[in-house]
Amino acid sequence: MLAIETVDLTKDYRVGFWRKRPRRVLDRLSLEVEVGEVFGLLGPNGAGKTTTLKILLGLVFPTAGTARLLERDARDISAHRNVGYLPENPSFYDHLTAQEFMTYAASLFGLSDKARPRQVGRLLEQVGLAESKNLPLRKFSKGMIQRLGIAQALINDPAVIFLDEPMSGLDPVGRREIRNLILRLKENGKTIFFSTHILSDAETLCDRVAILDHGRLRGCGELREILEVGVFSTEIVLEKPSRDAVVALGPFTSSIVRTGDRVRLELRAESDLNEVLAQVVRWNAKLISLNPVRMSLEDYFMERVGEDDTSLSRKSAKVRTESPKSE
Amino acid sequence: MKQGSENKHRTPAHIWLCWLLLAGGSLALWPIRRGIDRHAGGLGEHAETLYFSSGKTLRALSLGHAGLLADIYWTRAVQYFGRKRIARARRFDLLAPLLRITTELDPHLLIAYRFGAIFLAAKPPEGAGEPEQALQLVRRGIVANPGYWRFWQDLGFIYYWDLKNYKMAARAFETGSKQPGAMVWMKAMAATISAQGGEFRTSRLLWSEIYRQAETETVRRSALAHLAALKADQDIGELNALLTRFRKEQGSEPGSLENLVRAGYLKAIPLDPSGVPYVLGANGKVTVGAQSKVERHLLPESPPPPGADS
Amino acid sequence: MIQRIRTIAFHTFKESVREKVLYNLIVFALLLIGSAVLFASISLGIGRLMLVNLGLSSIAIFGLLMAIFIGIGLVSKEIDRRTIHNILSKPVRRFEFIIGKYLGLMLTLLVNTSIMTGGFYMALYYVERRLGGEDLLPLEAIYFILLQFAIVVGLALLFSCISTPILSAFFTFCLYVIGNFLGDIRWLGQESGSRIFEKVTVLLYYVLPNFSDFQVISQSAHGISVPPFLLTSGTLYALLYVTILISAAILVFEKREF
Repeated sequence: MLAIETVDLTKDYRVGFWRKRPRRVLDRLSLEVEVGEVFGLLGPNGAGKTTTLKILLGLVFPTAGTARLLERDARDISAHRNVGYLPENPSFYDHLTAQEFMTYAASLFGLSDKARPRQVGRLLEQVGLAESKNLPLRKFSKGMIQRLGIAQALINDPAVIFLDEPMSGLDPVGRREIRNLILRLKENGKTIFFSTHILSDAETLCDRVAILDHGRLRGCGELREILEVGVFSTEIVLEKPSRDAVVALGPFTSSIVRTGDRVRLELRAESDLNEVLAQVVRWNAKLISLNPVRMSLEDYFMERVGEDDTSLSRKSAKVRTESPKSE
Repeated sequence: MKQGSENKHRTPAHIWLCWLLLAGGSLALWPIRRGIDRHAGGLGEHAETLYFSSGKTLRALSLGHAGLLADIYWTRAVQYFGRKRIARARRFDLLAPLLRITTELDPHLLIAYRFGAIFLAAKPPEGAGEPEQALQLVRRGIVANPGYWRFWQDLGFIYYWDLKNYKMAARAFETGSKQPGAMVWMKAMAATISAQGGEFRTSRLLWSEIYRQAETETVRRSALAHLAALKADQDIGELNALLTRFRKEQGSEPGSLENLVRAGYLKAIPLDPSGVPYVLGANGKVTVGAQSKVERHLLPESPPPPGADS
Repeated sequence: MIQRIRTIAFHTFKESVREKVLYNLIVFALLLIGSAVLFASISLGIGRLMLVNLGLSSIAIFGLLMAIFIGIGLVSKEIDRRTIHNILSKPVRRFEFIIGKYLGLMLTLLVNTSIMTGGFYMALYYVERRLGGEDLLPLEAIYFILLQFAIVVGLALLFSCISTPILSAFFTFCLYVIGNFLGDIRWLGQESGSRIFEKVTVLLYYVLPNFSDFQVISQSAHGISVPPFLLTSGTLYALLYVTILISAAILVFEKREF
């Protein structure tokens, strides 16, 4: 059974004040997400991730194509009984307390008077807000709001959970907690569909990912598959190599990065490892490490999305291979 | 590209219901509105409402736009008056307060005082029949606009025409004539009125002056009507005198004005200012013809107009 | 459906009743009513008249301010702060949301008006030292004030589905003012002599909400009871108008994207 299915999903927004022109934010997106999957929707800001989520939740209507949620049209909100949603940068009602807000959410799902307080208490406990449950929400920090957002998304014990940038606004501890929560939900057989532009989250959580850029699907598949497509190369790190050693190794490498005493050289895929090592020995350079480099999700991402996009934060100082001409 | 899902999406029942309520509700508003209007007198009631009774309060509330507000109130006053006149109303309750508010908002709106001088003082249905209010209005105008001699003329006029207080009228014209720029006839008027009180020539001169100075069509038309009525009144007086002479000399009732012509008392049947021949009424007195445009209510039945008997 | 509408209404009430501006307005209104006691004691003969006029006017004016400011916040704040995403991702249909919001705010206004009415009657009792049958008359005026609020909140709701909060507040206020002068506007059209202008003003007269029939404060201050016909037709008019406004708001809202 498919939890989520989109076929040629297209969305144009009309922009401009006077003569509105359509701007395409989603272009023939076709996705299928199986029940029980953790699916990551990746892409830089403005790629159309949130729009996809909004269409699936019936907040925005597609210009063309179909979006189906639990085998029902996305406009049919009866599917919402089994859906949880954490909006991007959520904000809730200033004057309600966490408990009142959760009770509100629970009542909208028609939870019985008996089940409500138990479920509310359990979830607040789970996201670590049990102690602040009587605080009005205007006194909540961004991280607390984010946790509350996750708690309210789970109030109906949903089968499908949409999380729009679930890690934003959280500190490292909070991030790990949420990561563990998502893994626990996955164990319970929930379908999780989340958008993020933080790739490390996707790498640790997702069964499958889709990469979106400028409204277009740039790639989709299992992480393993995606990453195996990447070109293998080898990285060696030398300590205090002489100038001559570096010059001699030059022809075999695609990049050379010096950090302090160490120099990291990334070898060309076609380079003969034995020959390289022979050169290292010959010039008497001290070899610190030698690793095969698998393509990371980030590399894949950069390759697909293109280098012009600067909105993506690069966390690792990993040296990239030269981008092969994609598509 | 595939058809958009929204095209296949069936319109939910509550949308149809909303359209139905929207259309049905809008249609149903009409009879209810009419019902309320009929019951509460609707329109008339609304227009009779004075939202504020004090120009000074309004002035404070106008946040510095008193001038504009004065213009609006002036328009309201004129419209109110016009509407009431068309309806031939006997009461003009709001005219005085409207004019007061107008002039309180803008004390230099001269036209409002002058308008009030004539129409507040005049008897219904010509005006509100409140000469005291008119005097107050004009006096306030004089205080706010010293040196504007025509207010003295208006003051004198109210005393002369509406209150028949010739002493006060003469005094007003006298004071006015001393104001800078005052016309010479003001002094003459003062003298004439104090010597003779009301008479046709004085009245005609005053109305002609009002006609000449009129800034609004209403005033101009009113002045013309008064002038016509004055003329008709004078004519009727002369014709009645002729009738009396006929009766005395012929010893019989003339029966009609034609007989007067036949007997040589008149060359022809005289025409009133609107060009319609005078007729002899059933009561043996001359009056204006049925088609005459002369405003009948301006003609005095009895007692005769100022000047007719003096 | 009913249960969800009730839930939304109740939580809207809870949220809006805690709004600080509301307390300020209520306190101010009660102060004004209290000061009416002072005025009443120095104005011989018309003490009660003045108290009723000032008291009821305070209720009307401050209630109106509440209705506009909180009414605008109804939908536009939810959109601005994107709380609407959260609500609509739950099994809540859009029309349920609108109706729930409307009822929630009406409940808030009802409670606030009751508080102010309580203050008013306390002041009246203080001045008169007793409350008699004729003191029930102001309740008619308060009922009419509430009917006005019902329409004003409906207007605010509709506008905030279409426009920004500030513009919505402006439009709502303008329509309220215009709605008080509709009779004059129509009459102006009749006087203008232009047939087109007259037609337009007649149309406006029937289409725009007419608030002037609900202004019965000075009547009840003079002890004149509202005729039963006006009581029923006014109620009917307000209900009908609110139905129209909410239907329109739902139709706009159903098409809206967030």
